[in-house]
Formats: sequence, C-alpha cells, structure tokens
Amino acid sequence: MDEPTILLGRLGMQALPFYSWVALCGALVTVGCGLGFLALVTWLGRWRDLWSGWLTSLDHKRIGIMYVILALIMLIRGFVDAIMMRLQQALSYSSEGYLPPEHFEQIFSSHGTIMIFFMAMPFVTGLMNFVVPLQIGARDVAFPAVNAISFWLTAAGAGLMLISLVIGKFSTAGWTGYPPYSEVRFTPGVGVDYWIWSIMISGVGTTLTGINFIVTILRKRAPGMTLMRMPMFVWTTLCASILIVFAFPALTVSTAMLALDRTLGLHFFTIDSGGNAMNYMNLFWIWGHPEVYILILPAFGIFSEVVATFSSKRLYGYTSLVYATAVIALLSFTVWLHHFFTMGASANVNAIFGIATMIIAVPTGVKVFDWMFTMYRGRIRFEPPMAFTVGFMCLFVIGGMTGVLLAIPPINYSTHNTTFLVAHFHNMVIPGALFGYVAGYMYWFPKAFGFRLDRTWGLRAFWFWAVGFTLAFMPLYVTGLLGMPRRMSSYANPAWHPWLILAFLGACLIFLGIVSLGMQLWVSIRDRARLTDATGDPWDGRTLEWSTSSPPPAWNFDTVPLVAERDTFHAAKQAAQPMPHQPADSFDMPKNSVSGILIGLGGFWVGFGAIWYIWWLAAAGLGLIAATMIGRSFAEHTEMRVTPGETGDVT
Amino acid sequence: MLQAFGLMLALVLVVIAATLFFAWRYRATGKALHQPDWDRSLAVEIVTWGIPALIIAILGTMVWNKTHALDPYKPLPGAPPLVVQAIALDWKWLFIYPEQGIATVNEVALPVGRPVTFRLTSEVAMNSFMIPALGGQIYAMAGMETRLNLRADTPGRSEGRNMQFSGGGFAAQTFAALALPEQEFDDWVTKARSTGTALNAASFAKLSKPSVADPVRYYGTVPVDFFAKRIAAHGGMSHHSGNEAGH
Ligand code: HEM
Ligand SMILES: [Cu+2]
Repeated sequence: MDEPTILLGRLGMQALPFYSWVALCGALVTVGCGLGFLALVTWLGRWRDLWSGWLTSLDHKRIGIMYVILALIMLIRGFVDAIMMRLQQALSYSSEGYLPPEHFEQIFSSHGTIMIFFMAMPFVTGLMNFVVPLQIGARDVAFPAVNAISFWLTAAGAGLMLISLVIGKFSTAGWTGYPPYSEVRFTPGVGVDYWIWSIMISGVGTTLTGINFIVTILRKRAPGMTLMRMPMFVWTTLCASILIVFAFPALTVSTAMLALDRTLGLHFFTIDSGGNAMNYMNLFWIWGHPEVYILILPAFGIFSEVVATFSSKRLYGYTSLVYATAVIALLSFTVWLHHFFTMGASANVNAIFGIATMIIAVPTGVKVFDWMFTMYRGRIRFEPPMAFTVGFMCLFVIGGMTGVLLAIPPINYSTHNTTFLVAHFHNMVIPGALFGYVAGYMYWFPKAFGFRLDRTWGLRAFWFWAVGFTLAFMPLYVTGLLGMPRRMSSYANPAWHPWLILAFLGACLIFLGIVSLGMQLWVSIRDRARLTDATGDPWDGRTLEWSTSSPPPAWNFDTVPLVAERDTFHAAKQAAQPMPHQPADSFDMPKNSVSGILIGLGGFWVGFGAIWYIWWLAAAGLGLIAATMIGRSFAEHTEMRVTPGETGDVT
Repeated sequence: MLQAFGLMLALVLVVIAATLFFAWRYRATGKALHQPDWDRSLAVEIVTWGIPALIIAILGTMVWNKTHALDPYKPLPGAPPLVVQAIALDWKWLFIYPEQGIATVNEVALPVGRPVTFRLTSEVAMNSFMIPALGGQIYAMAGMETRLNLRADTPGRSEGRNMQFSGGGFAAQTFAALALPEQEFDDWVTKARSTGTALNAASFAKLSKPSVADPVRYYGTVPVDFFAKRIAAHGGMSHHSGNEAGH
C-alpha cells in the first residue's frame, strides 16, 4: 500500500471496486439506490417536508419509523449477502464456486454485522421508540433530542457499513472480529477498521437509547400505571434497556482497544509483545450474550401483546412473565463463557457455565407456556401478527432445544464452529427476534399510518418465511452434525452437498417472503382507502396506544389517560365507558432540532477519517460534534406550548 | 446424553402439538369455550415452572458428570500417553513427536489403542484443532499451550482440520489422521525418520510462509524443546504456560 498522504490518508484509486464484477455490481446498486432516492425527493419537490417532517424531527414516533425504515433497507442488504452465500455453498462442492474466498469472507462478515447491528437493532429500537411512550401514556420520551442523536449515530454506522461496499473492502474477520486474526498482521487493509468504527459509533447511539428508555419508563408513566400494570412490551423494553446500558460499554471498550492495536500499534490482543486475545473474547461476549437478549426480550414482549390481543383474552401469567423476563436479563450476564468452551478451561468452569446457560431455559420455557395458556380458551383471530406468533412458538422451541444441547460442554466440543451452531442461532434470531419484529410492524402499522396492512399478503409473507426458514436452516443442523465447519467458502465432502442445495432453495423461499412483505406494503398503500381504520383501535386492543387516534397527534394524547388496572383501555371498552383521563391542559413539546443529524454527520466523519487515516476529517467530525453540543446547550426556546384542540399553538 | 435429548425432544413436541391444537381449537370461528378473564392458575403455574426446572435439574446433573468424565484435558486410561505437539500455521499443521524425534506436516499418525495427548499451539491466528472421528476440538493459540487427549480404537484413516476461521486458506486446512496398529505405526515413524529432512530455523521459516493445501512432508530430526521455544517466541513463559495455570 502507498504511504498515507495528509489529504487523503490511505485512500486512493485502488479503493474503488474495479477488482471484481461482483463488488462492482454491489457498489453500483448501492450508489444507484442512493442517487435514485435523492432524485426522487427532488423530483417530488419534497425536500422541505423531508427535512422538517422527518430528518430534524424529535417526535419519538417519527424517529421510530425512521429506525424501522433503516432496518428494512438493511434487511434487504443483509439478505442479498445471505443468498449469495447460500448460492456459493450450493455451487462450491469440489470447486471454488463463483466467489473467491476473500470475497466470501467479506460477505459472511458483512452479513452478520448488518443483520445484528443494522437490521435487528434498529428494528427493535424503532418499535420501542414508536410504541413505548404510547403504551405508558406519555407524550414523549424523557430526552427527545438525545433520541434523535441515537438515531443519527446508528444511521452514521449504517452509512459507513454501506459505503464500505463502494470505497475499500469490508472486514473478513466475521461479525465477532476475533483477534489475533483481526490485528493488522493478518488483516492489514481497512476492512476491520470499517467494522470497528461502524459498530462503535452506532453502539454509542444504542447506549444512549438504553439510558433514554430506562428513564422514560421509570419517570414518564401515566398516573396509576404502577410497574406491575405496565404492558409486557414495556417490561421487556425496560429489561433490554438495562442490558444495553450494562453490556454495550464492554463492546465499545473491546472494539476501542482493537482500534488502538490496529491504529497506534498497541498490543492488547496481538500474538506477541504481551498481547492476549483471550481478553478480547471475554470482553466481546460479556457484551455478546446479553446482546442476544437485548434482541429477543422485546420480541417476547411483542408476542405477549399480540397473543393477548388476537386471543381476545387477558395475557396469561403476567406476573410469571415479568419475573421470567427479569431473571433472564440477570442471568444473561452469567453465561458468556459458553461461546468458548473449547478454549481449554477446566471441567469445573465449563460445567458451571454450561449449567448456568441451561438454567435460562427454565424462564424461557415458562414464557412459551404462558403464551400457550393465553391462547387456551381464547377466541383467536388469525391476522398476520398472530400467524407469526404461532409460527414463532413452534419453531423457537426447536432452537431452544438445540441451544441446550450446545450448552452441554462435551457436545459443544464437537458442534462448536460447525453449521449446527449457525442453524441454532438463526433458529433464535429468525423465528425468535425477526418474526417478533415483523409481527410488531404489522400490528402497530395501522397506529402509525391510519390504515392496516393487507392480510392476504401478510399471511403469504408468513408462510414463505416459516417454510423458507425451515428449509434453509434444518439442513444446516444436519451438515453440522456431519462435521461441516461454518465460514467455508468451498468444501470437498460430498455428504454435505445435497443439504446445502436444499438450504439454497430455502433461502429462495425466504426471498419470496421478503417480496411478499414488499407487495403487502405496496398493495396496502394503493388500497389504503379500503384498509382505513378510523377508530384508532383496529384489533380490539387492550393497551393505551389503542386509545388514541391513528396516527396519533404529535403529543400522543390530547388528555393524559388515567390507569386503574393492567388492561384499563379494554376494561373501559367492556364497560362502554370513555377512557378515564386527566382534565385537558397545555404542555410543552420539543421543537425540531438539527443537533441529531449534525452529530450523526460528525460521527460519520470521525469514523471515515479514522478508517482511512484522514485525520483532519476525523478532527473536523469531533469539532462538529462538540460545536453542536455546545450550540444546543445554549439554544433557548427549544420547546413550544401546545393546547390540544386549539389552532395556532403559541411558542 | 441420548436420554437428555429424548427428554427435551418429547417436551418440544408436546409444546408444538399443544400450540397447534390450541390455535385450532380456540379459533374465533369455532365454538370452543371463551374465558376472556382467565389469566392465572396456581396448578398451571406449578407445572409450567416445574417441568422445565425438573428437566434442567436432570440435565444439569448430567452436565456436571459428563463434563468431568469427558474433559479433554483428562488423560485417557491405558498405557502412558504418546505426546504429539501440534503447531497451527497458515494454513497447515505441523506435528512434532518429541519421543520419536520426528515431525510431519498435514499428517498425524496415532497408534491404535494407545492414548495420545495433543499439546496445541499456534504461530498465527487462533485455530481450533479437531479430528471429528476421534473427538472434539480445542483452540490452539499463539504463546500458550492447550491440550486435547484422544485415543483411536480402530485402525483407519480420517480427516482432521482447523475449525476456527483463520483467513484465506482456512477451507482447505485439513490433515490426514491415520490410526495405525503398533507395528505399522513404528514403520511409519521409521519412514518419517529416514525420508525426512531436518526441522530447524531455516526450514521452519520456509514452512511458516502462508500456503494452501500443502502436501504431506516429514522431518527426520527435530531440535529438543522446539515446541516450547515456539511458545516462548510469542511471549509464553514455558511449556507450562497458558491455561495450565488455571487448572
Ligand atoms: C434471512 C435469512 C438468512 C439467511 C438465508 C442467512 C444465511 C446465513 C449464512 C449462509 C451464513 C454463513 C454461515 C456460515 O458461516 O457457514 C450466516 C451467518 C450469520 N448470520 Fe445469517 N442468514 C439469515 C438471516 C440472519 C438474521 C436475521 C441474522 C441476525 C439477526 C443473521 C445473523 C447471522 C450471523 C451473526 C452470522 C455469522 C456471521 C459470521 O460468521 O461472522 N442472519 N447467515
Ligand atoms: Cu451466549
């Protein structure tokens, strides 16, 4: 590589993707979509609406929707990676396939990173943002401006991730970025730096989200909503937020130490000069295991809401579910070592961590039973969110079982690092987390936009996803038991080949599932008159978000609801009474602010500068962030007075 | 362990069946009883916490026993173990037989019936050593030594490999594992000793260069302490370094 220059660091012509046609296509599609979007907004003349309605908005609902849009875009990108890998492995029996190893390695690394950090995290954060204040009867989150900063830092990370396809190459070190492989000696280019900076910057945003939601839930509930009257989704969000606040610093620290090794030549995790990569693995998984619960606990919350609503019944075992959630959150910090049973720890250590892991299966099992008994003697309507929930319950328990098997150290010694593990965690993140998010998206969509999503396309999406998942991942359990390692760009074992072809067909069905999601959105927008819901309560809901109009006003509730029991809104409907509420009043709502988008931009510059050693750009990014924070702290009149029902709100 | 699996599988099947049955039985278009306010029952609670807890208690006990019984660090019963030192390189394996004074690349032979203690380290990124036909895997890390005890009970040939992704040549980073009867094993050693070259700083430097799918190679002489010195070269204290201390 050439010597870095002051102006462009190590960025040069060789960073452009002319080295392979696959990379070039990826870059062209990425740039094309970006330019296409800009052109579309210009053509429609909607820049002003976009700017003041969305990009600078501090409304938690709009921020939530932007998170979900980001997640859906990244889902497509992550899935393109996935199906490329499935095609490669279907073709690469005794041949190189169509992707050279280095390209395959970048793809599994970007797929894992995108799916976890830029698909699942934004999706769940978006739903939390949109729903939680509504469910607790609040008019906003505790710190609306911080909320926008969180979003824009996440978007900055996603932007770095996307741009790595166009300028330079992405990491080959997997989504875990294990050193010593991720040290400069083995991976000298910018790839690992892209990985580090995109997740570190978005991780800071996530940490802020965690703080914001803990405070929001603890401080901003409507009068009468005691902790044990909170909807399940609020409970799971609270627990996930606590996990975020305790776990994400470990990720920030471990990636920062890796960045110091790579950029300044320190030796935290190198193979010589006293480095020790085992420290990284411990730190990484001290974040990593809680992370899987950060992803899945809110999904459990969504399933709880959906199953009660569509069974027309109170949620069974609420207290059990609350305690189960809290116990899972607590225990999730005690099991990280199960990710490296094969590192040579003593039998005592491995046995204790194995048993601790299995204990988590108990509260998780309780939850499944509670959803089952919510359905018992219910009156079940099979709307798409409910279909995803029933599908989840049937498929998730399989993943739970294989998880317990992996937690048995002597079994783990043979199945670790195989596709058995890949099948297990996809079994948790697809039917577990993703089905939950999709259910939540279809469940709350009418609240956000005032019309429902088409049922037929929703059910089609469900069937393609459920059958596609099964076909794509059950074969991987088999190849794993046949000894197939993960991350293989090619192989010579004929026994694996037929299973990998099946897995590719499964991925094709999932593709149809994604197409169905797109069709559903398109058809529903087209037929929105038919699908309109004027009541604000399309599903006969039970929780507070259904008591306000769809879409809700910027301040959510004209009058603050009063809560007397867990399903107050449902009880009011039963008694044919209006929802009890506080007297009408005036209150302050935050005005728009550019601080979020500016700090996101600054974060992007810091990351891009640090990746390419363009230090003036990194410094400018830091400067922009500092200036924005100082400027914001001097800003007056950041709020406006609102009196619902009156026009011409006074400032 | 099969019972453990059976137990869980039974529960999982019951849950799936019950879920589907409830979903069908209590469909809105059906006529089944609707009890919209039924949301707690002590009996159900005892069962829903009790059954998973019971299964996990049984499994937990089993985990404790099996993890100790099948500890990869525990020497296997039988004759005193043969020591084989394995060094992970990009992207191949170097095996050293200190007792026999030979070394090999990408081929390891085990005398049938005699326990073998593998001492593992790496010159490069973390690797994971496994011969699936004989047992599980253990990481190999630079600057430290990890261990794996295996025994081949029947003669035969199988494939071992690195299981931990370590860069471009990872997919092809396999080696032949030969389980040989006593006599054949001795012949194999003799062959390696007579046909092999010397393993020394120069030949090791050459061998260390990254390469993919290397052919089998033999070294007839190996300096004593070669393995310990490679560990020391990466900051390890002695051949008692690494996780030994934690044991
Ligand atoms: C939508 C369908 C999906 C398909 C077809 C798919 C397929 C794959 C494939 C083929 C691999 C590589 C396996 C290997 O190393 O041999 C992989 C790895 C991975 N996937 Fe997915 N995946 C999907 C969805 C997801 C989702 C939703 C998530 C997370 C929320 C996810 C997270 C991961 C992670 C973390 C890895 C590991 C990457 C690494 O090895 O570093 N995947 N997936
Ligand atoms: Cu874990």
